[in-house]
Amino acid sequence: MKTSASTPWFFLAPNVIVIVLFTFIPIAINFYYAFTGGVNLYPTQRPGVGVENFSTLLECGSYFDPSSCRKDVFWQSIWNTAKYAIFQVSLMVLFALITAVVLNRKIMGRGFWRGVFFYPVLLSPVVVALIWKWILQRDGLLNAAMVAVDAHPVLWLAEPGWAFFWVTFVSIWAHMGFYTLILLAGLQAIPADLYEAAQLDKASPWRSLTKITLPLLMPNLLVVVVLAMIKAVQIFDEVFVLTGGGPGSATTFVVQFIYQTGFVEPVRLYGIAAAGSLMLALALVALTLLQLKLSNAEKAGERVK
Amino acid sequence: MKTLNFLTRTRNGRSLDWTDWLSYAYLVMGLFLMFGPVLWLVMSSFKTESALNEFPPSFLPYGQKSIAVPGEEKMKPVYRVKMPDGTTKELAELRRIGLTATLIDPARPDDLIRVNVKDREPVREFKLATENYTDLGGQIKFGTYLWNSVFITVIATILTLLFNSMAAFALSKYKFSGRSAVFLLILGTLMVPPAIVLVPNFLVISELGLLNSLWGVIWPAIATPTGVFLLRQYMLTIPDELLEAARMDNASEWQIYWRIVLPLAAPALAVLAIFSVMWRWNDFLWPLIVLSKNEKFTLQLALNAFQGDLVTQWNYLLAMTVITLLPITIVFAFLQKYITQGIASAGVK
Repeated sequence: MKTSASTPWFFLAPNVIVIVLFTFIPIAINFYYAFTGGVNLYPTQRPGVGVENFSTLLECGSYFDPSSCRKDVFWQSIWNTAKYAIFQVSLMVLFALITAVVLNRKIMGRGFWRGVFFYPVLLSPVVVALIWKWILQRDGLLNAAMVAVDAHPVLWLAEPGWAFFWVTFVSIWAHMGFYTLILLAGLQAIPADLYEAAQLDKASPWRSLTKITLPLLMPNLLVVVVLAMIKAVQIFDEVFVLTGGGPGSATTFVVQFIYQTGFVEPVRLYGIAAAGSLMLALALVALTLLQLKLSNAEKAGERVK
Repeated sequence: MKTLNFLTRTRNGRSLDWTDWLSYAYLVMGLFLMFGPVLWLVMSSFKTESALNEFPPSFLPYGQKSIAVPGEEKMKPVYRVKMPDGTTKELAELRRIGLTATLIDPARPDDLIRVNVKDREPVREFKLATENYTDLGGQIKFGTYLWNSVFITVIATILTLLFNSMAAFALSKYKFSGRSAVFLLILGTLMVPPAIVLVPNFLVISELGLLNSLWGVIWPAIATPTGVFLLRQYMLTIPDELLEAARMDNASEWQIYWRIVLPLAAPALAVLAIFSVMWRWNDFLWPLIVLSKNEKFTLQLALNAFQGDLVTQWNYLLAMTVITLLPITIVFAFLQKYITQGIASAGVK
């Protein structure tokens, strides 16, 4: 077999065929679904309905009051997702930053400590959810601790406020290590002589943190925030197992709405699910563009310096 | 004071200052918070069903002591009994009717002793309820779930390595028109979140007749953009002269790929293999949609189904959770370095 024009395509073919079949064609079909109605899965049996799926989703008395919307669960899930993304990302990045700064110090057994914080990242979402469900259940470890300090036991996953808190907490617990690792790599790229100079000038640890570490880590921090946002908007697995979206729809997020609408409800409204997923995709594209813009601005800033 | 100074001395001779103490305090708290829940799960998975229902729970798995009684098939639970004469004795309980328990001293099996249930309390001992694990095979179709998970993980990983490395080979070792377009196309799929193509992919899979088939989980997952990227970057560092020399010796292009480039790319392939095993083993949303028949469930799906049952059998559920996290933990313990390096270099998990 001599090198010919077709050789590279022979090697590319398997990978490209799979991508076309399971990513690009589905994206195209998704648009078709979003603009057709009915309960049939087969595209030819679906009547075109224009933008009806979108208007059904968007029909709302006030967007700030999900109960006034035609698809109240959809808007509830959007607000939940927004609230979750803000709290989860900001707290997680904060703790990831603290952890990375601590791990970057001259400490004994750094590899071990790094492993400790990273280990939960590898656990499957189902396992993560079950670990915490077992702790948070009525007769679980946490309620035993509550009783031990003379407090009343709480049904942690049955009260909307607490359920939302624990969903946020558990996902921070599970994913923080990943972002810690990225920030740690960023910290290690900061030249050590900057800190030595600061030490000679008798700068306090706090001052070298705010004047050296944070400004130089800013590009990594921005990337981490946007990456975490992209993940947070798509939250599904561990919440689905931990709370099932409940109580009520207190922890129902957008992906779960799509899943429920398309695959769980007795009447499967594929069009609505597809329209919802396109709106989710729009948010993700916006976030990705923001990431690109931020990293470009960062590069431009470096050139000016 | 001297010993304290010695213990807290660091490599460069200075003592630990308050920031060091704060750091270690933070790390120890992190150890407690990160490993504690997992440890609690493992401990609980060795508890008997009745020990799991205790409140407040104990940390170590304790169970009621039981002993063999002559003439009885099953082991009998042991109670500490307050005898009418004021002494206490450890006796085996044969049966209980209403408020009266019938007990027996195994050493003197002829005397039956009847006492009020208030006068006896269970004797507890450290006991690992290994039956939570050994019963899994019979109680639930654990073997089937395990096999499904292993099958998907192994086959998908092999196909991922093969397809991704072929694509990476083409993208790094040939110059052809459309090369950068294809590369961008593949990388672009990184931005397509799986949740977006849920509905249409379901159609594609059902049209291919792969619903409720393990292959329906495998095929859509194998063309990972991360893998192509990782392998291409690595293959770029393999000198082209090696390939030219092989062509001089009349090696076919396939031989060049299979005999020269693949072995040289082994380190990158190893990293991708580790990632792929973790991805496929932990997959949830897509298998949840494709596999709806119980006998096709993966471990993750089975765990989800059991925890949703009306009456959750926590003793089996916990044991199965531990088995599910075991392979990942072993991989992590031995290959931590490669995993963390891979993430630091590719920026994806």
